Amino acid sequence: MSSLDDIKQMFFLECDELLEALNDGLADIEASMPTGALDPEVINAVFRTVHSIKGGAASFGLEAIVRFSHCFETVLDQMRAGKLPPDAENIRILQRCADHLADLVAAGRADQAPDTATSEPLVAQLNGLIGDEGRASAEPVQVPEPEPEPESDDDDLSFPPLAIPLGPEDLAAPAQMLYRIDVTASAELFATGHEPVHLFRELAGLGDLTVRADTAGLPDLETLVPETPYLRWRLELATDSGEEDIREVFEFVDTLATVNIEQVEPETSATIGPASASEAASAPRNPSAESENTPLPLTAAKQSGAAPPKTAAAEASAPAAKGPKSTVRVDLDLVDSLINIVGELVINQSVLTQSFSEANVANRADIGSSLDEYKSLALQIQESVMSLRAQSVKQLFQRMARIVRETSEVAGKSVQFDTEGEDTEIDKTVIERLIEPLTHILRNAIDHGLETAESRLAAGKSETGTVCLSASHRSGRVLIEVSDDGAGIDRKRVFEIAASKGLIAQDAQLSEAEIDRLLFLPGFSTKAAVSDLSGRGVGMDVVQSAIRKLGGRVAITSAPGRGTTFSISLPLTLAVLDGMVVDVAGQTMVVPITAVLETIRPTRDDVHMMGSTAQVIKVRDTLVPIVDLGLAFGYRSCGLTVTELVLLLIETEQGERWALAVDRIIDQRQVVIKSLEGNYGHVPGVAAATILGDGKIALIIDPEETAQMAERDLPAPAPLLTAIGE
Amino acid sequence: MAEQIEDDHSTGARELVSFAIGEQDFCMDIMLVREIRGWTNVTMLPHAPSYILGVINLRGAVVPIVDLASRLGLTPLEPTQRHVIIIAVLGNQTVGFLVSAVSDILGISPSEIQPPPKVGADATAGFIEGVIASDDRMLRILNIAAVLPRIQMPEEA
Amino acid sequence: MSLKILAIDDSRTIREMLRMCLARAGFDVHTAEDGVAGLDCLDAVDPDVVITDINMPRLDGFGVITAIRENAERTALPILVLTTESAQDLKQRARESGVTGWVVKPFDDVKLIAAIRRIAST
Repeated sequence: MSSLDDIKQMFFLECDELLEALNDGLADIEASMPTGALDPEVINAVFRTVHSIKGGAASFGLEAIVRFSHCFETVLDQMRAGKLPPDAENIRILQRCADHLADLVAAGRADQAPDTATSEPLVAQLNGLIGDEGRASAEPVQVPEPEPEPESDDDDLSFPPLAIPLGPEDLAAPAQMLYRIDVTASAELFATGHEPVHLFRELAGLGDLTVRADTAGLPDLETLVPETPYLRWRLELATDSGEEDIREVFEFVDTLATVNIEQVEPETSATIGPASASEAASAPRNPSAESENTPLPLTAAKQSGAAPPKTAAAEASAPAAKGPKSTVRVDLDLVDSLINIVGELVINQSVLTQSFSEANVANRADIGSSLDEYKSLALQIQESVMSLRAQSVKQLFQRMARIVRETSEVAGKSVQFDTEGEDTEIDKTVIERLIEPLTHILRNAIDHGLETAESRLAAGKSETGTVCLSASHRSGRVLIEVSDDGAGIDRKRVFEIAASKGLIAQDAQLSEAEIDRLLFLPGFSTKAAVSDLSGRGVGMDVVQSAIRKLGGRVAITSAPGRGTTFSISLPLTLAVLDGMVVDVAGQTMVVPITAVLETIRPTRDDVHMMGSTAQVIKVRDTLVPIVDLGLAFGYRSCGLTVTELVLLLIETEQGERWALAVDRIIDQRQVVIKSLEGNYGHVPGVAAATILGDGKIALIIDPEETAQMAERDLPAPAPLLTAIGE
Repeated sequence: MAEQIEDDHSTGARELVSFAIGEQDFCMDIMLVREIRGWTNVTMLPHAPSYILGVINLRGAVVPIVDLASRLGLTPLEPTQRHVIIIAVLGNQTVGFLVSAVSDILGISPSEIQPPPKVGADATAGFIEGVIASDDRMLRILNIAAVLPRIQMPEEA
Repeated sequence: MSLKILAIDDSRTIREMLRMCLARAGFDVHTAEDGVAGLDCLDAVDPDVVITDINMPRLDGFGVITAIRENAERTALPILVLTTESAQDLKQRARESGVTGWVVKPFDDVKLIAAIRRIAST
């Protein structure tokens, strides 16, 4: 059985879904504005999300959420009723409210004090939208105290005893009153599921009750209509409860039955008590048995002849709507553990294949085909398991929409935010770790990328700037782009800043792409260069390192006057990679195939010396620097002749080309990515590790970082690990 | 032996795995030891400190191997098939320690443990949390937290 | 025989709250996530009491009540409406569609159970 705490957790999970649906719905309403063709069900659904959040929140005494969602829902109700137009201004307010509601829910979840300071102006705005008639219902609702949390999960909740006859000692209580209650039922009473017996039983719970049925109204059997109630009841109740308690019992039937309650002999109740006590003792528990003269069952309708067959009304009256996809909730740890095990399976498969091939039995047709089948099954399982972790980027994009709203408000810029490819699926962890870098890029785009309204108008652009966030799958990777239609990167200014900070030489000759890349240098961004919004003391270098940790790359392209685009390219999953297995000075290493443009077996004529040690190779018309991986990783101390090596041509996200020299290429295969960082730490130039068919570990090279290492000409990298206490 | 250990347990004794590095005897808390395995070839890590021999595949996990001798400032071991690796787990970190041989499992009561003698500049001293003197030999209790390589994140690199 | 209750609410939270509180009181609780689902399982569950939310996708509470009452066999089936609205006109509308009683959300365990006892018994 769930505890209230479990249900509360469930409530917050449900809130996530409801908030997503709320944002979706508001976006749909916004999208329908130009055509005016708004499906009423959309706004109904929006209303329901807020309504459901309110309902759940009330159950847990989350007062701030209840109060706010009540005002919110009242406005939505007005919009639903057509009393409030879904225009741009109103939608903006509703979006802001949705954001705030998400904050309130988050605060509730974290057990933090809600930000009621933000609620107030929004509530005022909401109230401003509501007409006079709506305002009455938008008055703050009474929130009951939270239900006391049960001490444990046991069935220790006690409910007040119901319909239990009171003992004589209770009857002797001085506050006893005697009430006479006359009840006459209408036909509707029975048509709406009522049964007077239950009412009388509840009354019996209030005190000592006698029931008499008045059968005088009963007609002859021939003229009797089963659906018509003929009986009247006279009840006498000796109780210490007040008249309002008695009325409450009849609350549901107040228009279906005539109920007269009369207090009799109020001052003498003490003497009446004992007198009726003896009666009570003999009174059967079921008051209906008292009406022994009643031949008719009270629920006349139950006997009313042949019932029509069950109508298909349910199906017919339901508007066509596709049911939700059937899902199960799974603990993410279980999925991760499954992914690990499947990774082992894939490794085991390649170990086995290798063993068979070494044992020279793989040529036997039966073994060979079984091994092939094993491989294909293992990969299929792996693929399916990986997809368990995949999620659409929709929630991420919604979150970013909010960042854009907030940022544009603070920056005082009017921004049109477009998204594309919301259904693109990426690993859940990747999505989570994209929040921060994307937030930063978007803030940057609005704050620095987009011009002020005046400048835009002066440049012949529309006053409203556009920022577009898109996601797509591209050749085995996920591409996420943030583009703006702003002024583009001010390369002159970027150069000056970088030079003034000593990041580059004053007279450095840099290409446009190189200048753009300066934005990613640690130490480029400072308080002087950034505003309150995107500044916050961090630069784009943080974006770059966050993306790199995901095995991704960031690139910038910018056109003066037309805007800037940040492209983030990410692996589809964090778990596998297509690799080229290479030998570097006797060590087996893996280079991600996606990074390799081509492999080159250099001839002496292709290679040229630059300075005393650096070598370049001429690839078609460009000179590409060569990095000997054996030297770069310290596996050998002096370089081999380049012509004995194989070169892997790689290109960085910035379009720079490098030639990585390896001893030989061994194989190409899919490898399972194993983190080094958990047990060891980051190794410069190394992205991760993998386990090869022979069970040995091979390091996966990070080509870009390796190239950068070479570029910075790190002489001997500082010892990676330092002991505590050293 | 088993009974002995159980008895010790009830009196608050510690169980220690004792092992040798060259001529010296060390031990570590058995609760930290996940398994003991023979030497296998490691994959070298570039730019690693000298006491990091490399990494091995331990049932799918990448586990760094520390040459404990080198780490403690003793003469580095030349790993051979006779050497063993003690796989230790501290918190979330799994590390293998190359040692000469594993000797015994001991039940030691707290009263038998003495603070480490102050031997000045001895590089080993900082890694020893206590010593047990028995008969003719001295057993050094290793402070595993101190000998573990510190995990370095990319941004610190 | 414990009283069989069919609780229809689109909020998972509310459904679980109902399940917990009613199961503790010894009722046999079945739930459905909206009006259509509720009506779909009506025959299978054959409840002694139906508890329904008003605002739901696909088919709302009024639709549920109307559909139940259209079946002459179920005119006497007690139906409780569980709603955050306490407005009188809503009650009136619920009444007209044939509801037996109502409980205002957030519900109080004791009041809810009292309301159930007021309209049904085993």
